[in-house]
Amino acid sequence: MDEIRIKKINRRKFIKRLIVIILSFEVFYLLLATLSIRRKKVKQLILFEAGDISNFENGQVYLFSSSHFFLYRFNDGGFLAMLNKCTHLGCVISYSEKNKRFDCPCHASSFDINGDVLSSPATRALDILPIVIDRGKIYVDVDNPIHRDSFDISQLKYA
Amino acid sequence: MQSNINNNAYDNKAIPLKGVVSKFFLHLHPAKINVQALKYNRTFGLGGIAALLIIILVITGMILRFVYVPSIKGAYDSIVNYQNDVWFGHFVRNIHYWSGMLLVVVMFMHILRVFYSNSIYFERRKNWWYGLVIFMLVVSANFTGYLLPWDSLSYWAVTIIANVFKSIPFCGNWLSGILLGADQVDETTLMRFYHFHIGLIPVILFIVLIIHFWLVRKAKGVTVANSSLVKMVSVNPNLVYKEIVVSLLVLIVLFLLSLFFNAPLNEKSNPLVSPQSVKAPWYFIGFQELLLHVSPIVGIVVIPLIICLFLFGVPLLVKDDINVGVWFNSVNGKRLTVLSVIFSVILTFVIVLLQSYNIINQWFLIGIYTIVVILWFFYSVLYLKAGRVELYIVTFTILVATYITLIIIGLMLRGEGMSFILKQHIG
Repeated sequence: MDEIRIKKINRRKFIKRLIVIILSFEVFYLLLATLSIRRKKVKQLILFEAGDISNFENGQVYLFSSSHFFLYRFNDGGFLAMLNKCTHLGCVISYSEKNKRFDCPCHASSFDINGDVLSSPATRALDILPIVIDRGKIYVDVDNPIHRDSFDISQLKYA
Repeated sequence: MQSNINNNAYDNKAIPLKGVVSKFFLHLHPAKINVQALKYNRTFGLGGIAALLIIILVITGMILRFVYVPSIKGAYDSIVNYQNDVWFGHFVRNIHYWSGMLLVVVMFMHILRVFYSNSIYFERRKNWWYGLVIFMLVVSANFTGYLLPWDSLSYWAVTIIANVFKSIPFCGNWLSGILLGADQVDETTLMRFYHFHIGLIPVILFIVLIIHFWLVRKAKGVTVANSSLVKMVSVNPNLVYKEIVVSLLVLIVLFLLSLFFNAPLNEKSNPLVSPQSVKAPWYFIGFQELLLHVSPIVGIVVIPLIICLFLFGVPLLVKDDINVGVWFNSVNGKRLTVLSVIFSVILTFVIVLLQSYNIINQWFLIGIYTIVVILWFFYSVLYLKAGRVELYIVTFTILVATYITLIIIGLMLRGEGMSFILKQHIG
């Protein structure tokens, strides 16, 4: 008799717990789902017009701060567009003309003029942005940065 | 001490507490408590101080909510206006700020107190877990509040922490998306942090706090050094009197701090420029310092996971071989604690110094640290006669002392661009 009663209570307990667990999952899911909502991005290619090729001198670095990138024109005339965010934790890096390098104010990472890591904690070269050159003008795809481990000559874009 | 207690010393007349609120306050206490629990250096009143600070935070927070505008355009200005235009506006914000800061410190000390006085075992195990959860909630509340002024420091500190989350393998991007609601810190993030800060976290905190208090009562109050001595005295006035004095002292300290030191407010945030040497809030600076030395996966996943496993697991490890309520478990435990503090401070300093000269890389660093710590364990067992419980105390001490050392290094020894100040002096 006693055993049966205990079993009954156990079943009731089981169902109670099941309900609590399911409800908790539901609440937890709702919370996460609500927090996961992102504004939908319209997928279209928006290119940033950086200007005429003739505006950029060889061997110079140009900052486009509101679009978050540096444009570097190599001595041979090739272009490289690099995101101005440190690959360590995303702080905005600055360019030092004197030392020809990029420095991060947050954790003292630094990068050479090609974007390669000079000193840690960053481990990866600066992200690059695709460049399109059309009718003598430079366009930069600022929304689609490309990860890279280190600099390679093939990343340059020539007119 | 117990033998020469004057029996009449605790027979004072009860403080006449009338009214519902006072009666409720009294009902949070048992009617009688062990006379040993009255001694100030038993608890240092830390739990009570924390509770008081939370009440102050709720009151000042509710006032601040009426003026604060949670939007990128309005946030910064609403705080500046409130500080400049409203009498005592600055003061209210200062009190909120300093209570928040003190709360983290006091709760941290509360954790140290319960751990070192062996008050986390057996019937208090669950409460230790709830306490750790409360600590995490308070730190999250503090961190989400950090962004709300929308000045340059808070903006970049939150950017950094969000990027730290991104480096967690597999679910990092998803987690940082949950936290920020966007790819980078923006209006959605501010809104989200605001609601975490004033809604979700306080509500959960309130529920867990009630459980926490109830479990203290259920465990029959705080631990005492000698549980065989059971001399009970009435709570009112003996404990109530002390609580009132401590509360007044806390209020005085808080008011003085708020009068003389303003809550920081930098220039309005500018997403285009990172200021020189962005520093995380001070309680996270240890982690920021850690991230200078080890890769984000180690610094943000592996090490915190190990620490959490230890903290949550340690009450499960002990059996009967423990002196509940005795500081550091034994006299030897006390000696071991002091030596372990010295050991970890020196070790941490040496390793940070070595790495600032780029002498060792991160795996080498982790390797050296682990080996030296293991050697220290062996030394403690073989030469300092540490028992099992003392070893847990040593582990806890090493974790705490290392983290505090990292905070101190991050706060005081990092100059412009996070370079190591000592290095500049030494050359």
